[in-house]
Amino acid sequence: MTSVARLTKAHLWIAFAAFLVACVFGIWQMWARSPLATPYVIAEHYFLSVTAHGVAMAFVLTTFFIMGFGYFTAETALDRPLPGKPWAWAGFFLAVAGTLMAVAAILSGQASVLYTFYPPLTGSPFFYLGLVLVVVGSWIWCILMIVAMREWKGAHPGAPVPLAMFATVANAIMWLWTTVGVAAELLFIVIPASLGWVDTVDVGLTRTLFSWTLHAIVYFWLFPAYIAFYTMAPQAAGGRLYSDMMGRLTFVLFLVYSLPVGLHHLFMDPEHSTGFKFVQMSLTVLVAVPTLLTVFTISASLEIAGRLRGGRGLLGWIPALPWDRPMVLATGLSFVMLFFGGGGGLVNMSYGLNALIHNTSWVTAHFHLIFGGTVVIMYFAICYAIWPRLTGHEAGTQDAQRLQLWLWFVGMMIMSLPWHWLGLHGQWRRVAQFDYTNPIIAAWGPWVTTSLVGGILLFASAVVFVWNLAALRADRKAPVAPFAFATAVHQPARVPASLNGFGLWNVLVLVLMIAAYGWPIAQFFVLQPPHAVVHRVDRGG
Amino acid sequence: MAVSESDILRSEVRWAMIVGVAVAVIFAAVIYTGIELHVNPPSNIETIDPKALHLSNEFTESNLGTRVEPEGRITTRIVATQFAFDPPCVVVPANEPVTLRLTTPDVIHGILVTGTNVNTMIVPGYVAQVHTVFTKTGDLLMPCHEYCGLGHSQMWATVRVVPRESFRPDAEGRVACD
Repeated sequence: MTSVARLTKAHLWIAFAAFLVACVFGIWQMWARSPLATPYVIAEHYFLSVTAHGVAMAFVLTTFFIMGFGYFTAETALDRPLPGKPWAWAGFFLAVAGTLMAVAAILSGQASVLYTFYPPLTGSPFFYLGLVLVVVGSWIWCILMIVAMREWKGAHPGAPVPLAMFATVANAIMWLWTTVGVAAELLFIVIPASLGWVDTVDVGLTRTLFSWTLHAIVYFWLFPAYIAFYTMAPQAAGGRLYSDMMGRLTFVLFLVYSLPVGLHHLFMDPEHSTGFKFVQMSLTVLVAVPTLLTVFTISASLEIAGRLRGGRGLLGWIPALPWDRPMVLATGLSFVMLFFGGGGGLVNMSYGLNALIHNTSWVTAHFHLIFGGTVVIMYFAICYAIWPRLTGHEAGTQDAQRLQLWLWFVGMMIMSLPWHWLGLHGQWRRVAQFDYTNPIIAAWGPWVTTSLVGGILLFASAVVFVWNLAALRADRKAPVAPFAFATAVHQPARVPASLNGFGLWNVLVLVLMIAAYGWPIAQFFVLQPPHAVVHRVDRGG
Repeated sequence: MAVSESDILRSEVRWAMIVGVAVAVIFAAVIYTGIELHVNPPSNIETIDPKALHLSNEFTESNLGTRVEPEGRITTRIVATQFAFDPPCVVVPANEPVTLRLTTPDVIHGILVTGTNVNTMIVPGYVAQVHTVFTKTGDLLMPCHEYCGLGHSQMWATVRVVPRESFRPDAEGRVACD
C-alpha cells in the first residue's frame, strides 16, 4: 500500500459519490424529455437537476478524480513520498467545503443557472464561491505536482521524468492556464454581481472569458485517460509502449493546443468577428493531431502485445490480445467511442458547419460520448488497476468488472447515437419537455425513448461500478505487487530538455494565447459595448 | 520482438504524414465552404443598448416582423425576451434571400430553425444577424435553444415560409402571419 492511499481513496470516493447521484439526475432528465409520463416534472426541478448533473459530473467527479489519481501517480511513478502531504489534505478539505456550499445552493433552488452559469442570469453567491473553493483546492494540487517533479529532477539530474508523471504535470500546468479565464470571470464580474455590488454586466466579455476555460477544461478531464493509454494499457496487455517520445510530444501538444481554441464554442455568437473565429478554428484543427498520434502509438503498442501472445497476420494480433483484462477491454471500448465522438467533434469545430448542430442534442451527444464514454470508462479502468494497491485487497474474479465496462459502453452507444440523429433533425438542448403533439417533434419520440434505455443501462453500470469498489473489501487480502507503469520498447536514457520540462511550452502558450485571445478580450475594453441588467434566479426573477 | 529505434521512427514519420494530410483536407474543406459557398458563422459585431430597445429606431414594437425594405431587401426583425419571441410568428418568402435580425432586452437566448441551417446566439448588447434562403415552404419551428430561465422550455416561435406568389407586402412593405 502506498502512503498516499488514504488521500487518494478520499478523493476518489467523493468523485464517485457525486458521479452516482449525478447519474440519477441524468436519467430522470431523459425521462422528462421523452414522450413518457414523468413524475415531478416542473421547470424548477428540471433546471435544478440539470445544474446538479453538470456540476457533479463536470466539476466534482473530474477534479477529485484527477487530484486523487495525480497523488497516486506522483508517489508511484517517481517512487518517492509525496512532498507537502498536509497541503494536499488542506486542498482536499477546501474542495469538499466548496462542493458542499455549491450543492446547498443548488439543492435549495437558488442556483439553477446550469454548470455554465452564463450571466446576466445570476444565482446565489454561495454557488460561485463554492466553485472558487474547488478550483483553489485544485490549484494546491497543481503546485504539489510541479514541486514533486522538480524535487525528483533535483535528485536525478538529467534523467527523463517518468512519462506518467510528465503527463500529470503537463495537466497541472495546463489547468493553471485554463482556470485563469473562469477565475477572472467569477472574481471580477459574476461574484460582484451575485453579491449585488454591480447591477449590470458586460455579457460578451463574460462569455469570452468562460470560453477561455471551456475547451481546455475538457482536456483536463481527458488527461488521465491518455495517461492510462500510454502508461497502463501496454503493460496490462503484456507488451511495451511503442514510443516514449511520442507520448511526451502528445502531452506537450495538448498543453499547447487545447488553450487558444475556446472561441470555437462561440462560433454562433454575435460579439466576435469571423477573423478570430477563423484563427481559433485553425488552431482547433491542430488539436486533432495529438489524438491521431495517440491512436497510432497505442495501436502499435497493443500490436506488440498481441504478436508476443502469438497473433499472426495483418490483424491476427487483435483477437490475440487479453480482452478479459479490464484495462485492455476498457481501452478497446474507449477507442470505439473516440471514433464516433471524435467524428462528431470534427463537425462541431468546422466553422460554418457548426450552424447545423449548435445547441442541439448533437452537441450533448458529442460530449457525453467523448467525456462520459471515452474518458470516464478509463477512469473506471484506472480504479480497477490501482484499487488493489490502495486497499491491499485483490478481486477474486473480474467478471463483475468486465460486465460493468460492457454495460457502460453499450449504454453510452444506445444513449448517444440517437441524440446525434435528433440533433441533426433540430432537437434543441436544455429544455424540460417537448410538445409531442407537434408533428415535427412527434417523429423524435421513438429515438428519445431509445436513448432513455441507454440511460438505464448506464445507471446500472454506475451502480455495479461503485459496488465493485466497495465489495473489494470482502475479497482476499493479498500482498499486492508494487504498481508498475508501462515502459517503452526503447526506454530513453536521455530526452531533450524541451521534452523533460515545460519552460519552452509555457512561453509558446503565452504567445499563442496573446495572439488568439488578445484582441477578442481587449475589444470589450475598446468598444465599451452596452451592459445588460443582472437577472437573479434566486429572487424569483 | 525486435523493433529497431529507426524502424519505429520511420513508421511514426509515415503516420505523421498521414495525419498531416488528413488535417490539411479538413482545413481545405472549411476554407472552401467558407469562401466559395459562403458558409460562415454570424459575426457582425453590432452593438445595441439592451436597456433601451424601445427607444431604438429599429427594434420598436411597430417595426418588428418581416418587411421588404425600400431598396428591395427582405428583413425580419425579432426581439427575444423571457419567455417569448416578438412577434411569435413571422412570414418569409421561399427561395429569396432573407436577413434575420434579432436582439434581446434581458438575458442570453439563441435560435435555430428546424430543418434549416439557421442558427445564432442572441446576446444582450448585440444585434445577431443571419443571411439565409428558405427553400421549403411550411411552418417551421424556431425554438429558443439557450437556457434563459425557468420558462425557457415554453419559448418558441413559428417561421412561416410561403411561396413567392403568396408573399404580399402591404403599402409599408410589411408582411405578418394573420
